[in-house]
Amino acid sequence: MASPGFRAVLPGALCYNRRVGEADPAEDKRQLVVLEGVRKSFGDLQALRDIDLTVSAGEVVVLIGPSGSGKSTLCRCINRLETIDAGTILIDGMPLPQEGKALARLRADIGMVFQSFNLFAHKTVLQNVTLGPIKVRDIPKAEAAERGMALLERVGIADKADRYPAELSGGQQQRAAIARALAMDPKLMLFDEPTSALDPEMIKEVLDVMIELAKEGTTMIVVTHEMGFARSAARRVVFMDGGRIVETADPDTFFSSPSTERARDFLSKILAH
Amino acid sequence: MSVLIHNLGAFGAGFRTTLALTLASFAGALAIGLVVASMRVSPVAPLRAAGTAYVETIRNIPLLVLLFLFFFGFPKMGIQYPPFPSAVIVMAAYTGSFVAETIRSGVNTVARGQAEAARAIGLTFPQSLRLVVLPQALRAVVAPIGNLFIALVKNTALASTIAVVELGSVYTRLITETAQPVAILFGATVGYLALALTGGWIFAEIEHKVAIKR
Ligand SMILES: Nc1ncnc2c1ncn2[C@@H]1O[C@H](COP(=O)(O)OP(=O)(O)O)[C@@H](O)[C@H]1O
Ligand SMILES: [Mg+2]
Repeated sequence: MASPGFRAVLPGALCYNRRVGEADPAEDKRQLVVLEGVRKSFGDLQALRDIDLTVSAGEVVVLIGPSGSGKSTLCRCINRLETIDAGTILIDGMPLPQEGKALARLRADIGMVFQSFNLFAHKTVLQNVTLGPIKVRDIPKAEAAERGMALLERVGIADKADRYPAELSGGQQQRAAIARALAMDPKLMLFDEPTSALDPEMIKEVLDVMIELAKEGTTMIVVTHEMGFARSAARRVVFMDGGRIVETADPDTFFSSPSTERARDFLSKILAH
Repeated sequence: MSVLIHNLGAFGAGFRTTLALTLASFAGALAIGLVVASMRVSPVAPLRAAGTAYVETIRNIPLLVLLFLFFFGFPKMGIQYPPFPSAVIVMAAYTGSFVAETIRSGVNTVARGQAEAARAIGLTFPQSLRLVVLPQALRAVVAPIGNLFIALVKNTALASTIAVVELGSVYTRLITETAQPVAILFGATVGYLALALTGGWIFAEIEHKVAIKR
């Protein structure tokens, strides 16, 4: 259950008491992310072909699929780390702006968590978390530090606030990276294989934080092969292959009886080991 | 050795000029280097092109030619400065082109993910450069920039060719006046060594202090 302190630092997150993965019906109507006919090529290689995807506020969507199927590219297109070749992407009803200040503002509203953490190596954990609020949101330093500490408390690494990223374990670094993204009060959180670079014993500590976020109603798009997370936190699983969305289903249906051959084939491979 | 003590005043003045020339030029070179390196990694194509043009022009012309061009050529176009400022401008511009390339190579050592994470939290490109990429890039190039400092110390001797009375020109003058080249040579060498070694030591200290824990 979320502590009151966490609510105070995260006014953007919805802290209703509800079953995991079940969005508030009123919020449900608000379409936070809408992709229509999105295409993206790298040279001759079509990384995304005609992607249509709608994510409502409060929803948790898990993206799954073989390596190279375009999951990362999809995430990166949503906050425009990659530009798209065709189609439209609406965030909260607004089209993605061109490169510049407006785009920077929009990116500030979308939290991104990378597979390789990407914490700022020359800054302490707390400085990592407060940089955005201070420089992008113009929040006074003291207030940013206070909120930053509350977030670090929340992800369980408050005692590491003054350490440098290299002094932390992978799991701690990833939790710091999640805190850094949350510090911007994002409307949407993107996770690109957040646990793939972690040793098995650290995966759980990161997934626990993510499950908590999901419970609080944070809108999340998560690239992961962690079936446990998908089952306990996601409303929908989106299966991608070859740059297309091949199948969309609720987690139980997807993992127990996928409707496409390709999904069955993929699942048999990841479940085999 | 008495010839050294006898001419201590002249040596002192020459040394001070060399020191001033070095420090002023180096400060200018750092500023130019930062700006030009930023241009060279910018997403704006014309800025990149201008940065490249600057570096490729300036660093491929001998310093002596640049000095003559500026001091003797530019006055014909109405651009005229006294010897010392001229030397500072040319030395800063010249060393700046090398500093820019050094910083740019430092930028390349900063992991791509750093700039992406910076953009992902909403920093603009200039902000992500200033707050995330350059601080890390500069830490990586302290030692090579120290080398540029030492090269600059030695290059300042060329300023005597445009009538700046620095350590090297004092040395040249005293050799002819006193006919005691060994002692004079010794004095000038000590002066340059002191500058270069002190610079090298300072840069080693800086490098040690700012090293990022990895
Ligand atoms: N920057 C890039 N340049 C060229 N090709 C890329 C780039 N990023 C991704 N790709 C290619 O696009 C395809 C999709 O990649 P990606 O989105 O990373 O897949 P996934 O995350 O599902 O493994 C892959 O074939 C990959 O090699
Ligand atoms: Mg990927």
